[in-house]
Amino acid sequence: MDVAQLKRQLFAYTALLFHEGFLDEQFTQLQQLQDENNPDFVVEVVSLFFDDSERLLNELAKALDQQNIDFKKVDAHVHQLKGSSSSIGAQRVQRVCIAFRNYCQDKNVEGCLKCLQQVKHEFSLVKNKLETLFNLEKQILAAGGSPPT
Amino acid sequence: MASPSTRIDDGRDVDSDNSGLMREKLSVLIVDDELLVRKVHEKLLSKLKLAKQVQTQTATNGKEALDLHLSGSSFDIILMDLQMPIMDGTEATKELRAMRVESMIVGVTSVDAGADKEAFMEAGLDKCLPKLLTADKIKSLVETLEKNK
Repeated sequence: MDVAQLKRQLFAYTALLFHEGFLDEQFTQLQQLQDENNPDFVVEVVSLFFDDSERLLNELAKALDQQNIDFKKVDAHVHQLKGSSSSIGAQRVQRVCIAFRNYCQDKNVEGCLKCLQQVKHEFSLVKNKLETLFNLEKQILAAGGSPPT
Repeated sequence: MASPSTRIDDGRDVDSDNSGLMREKLSVLIVDDELLVRKVHEKLLSKLKLAKQVQTQTATNGKEALDLHLSGSSFDIILMDLQMPIMDGTEATKELRAMRVESMIVGVTSVDAGADKEAFMEAGLDKCLPKLLTADKIKSLVETLEKNK
């Protein structure tokens, strides 16, 4: 595939991610901060989100597996996950976190467990899609194209 | 524990009609336990070039922020997170004001309105804004700084 085709594919794929609600305006803000001084800025920030989220999802699974669930602790983890997903524009992850927090406040175990599954699912989806997006960008650069703006 | 880091942008690439009116220096301390937030805010400040020389420094909790001041550092603006380990934003702000620190201290938090947030404001913040800061919000802070000179 030539550079022009790859760029069209990238453009269409990015638009789809926004249209399907995986990403929001905050992701665009991050892209606008990337420049020749920091050409990998978006990848670096998103990698931090991936690492933080994986840690938090593990903590949440542990916390909800206890006999006496500490809902305050669960809520604190969800709050952090909501914050970092919002920071990179991972809108669908953020939305599940909002529902999750409501269940924490109601001390609703079933609701929390359901939300944990949903947030794991949404995280996995957005991670795959962002990795695909970054791969497309790499292919463009490897084919001699200019960095995406 | 990560040590505070300093970055200086000398603003030489600014292509601005009002470069003659631009403030000479702007120093900002970013206090947040999340690397992702520190990274994005630092990059935003360096990109906006709101002064001929923009210096940013980071700290991962309130105690690090205090230690910087005790060692003689001073800043025009302190961006202070609320929830941090070791020393939170409320405690750090109280201590800084008790030390007669006159910097503009801006709370930056995703915590919803409530007792914690009220206590944070009452500790001596000039303003409290939601995470993540946008370019417009940062520009507005610098404008306020200029008006209050």
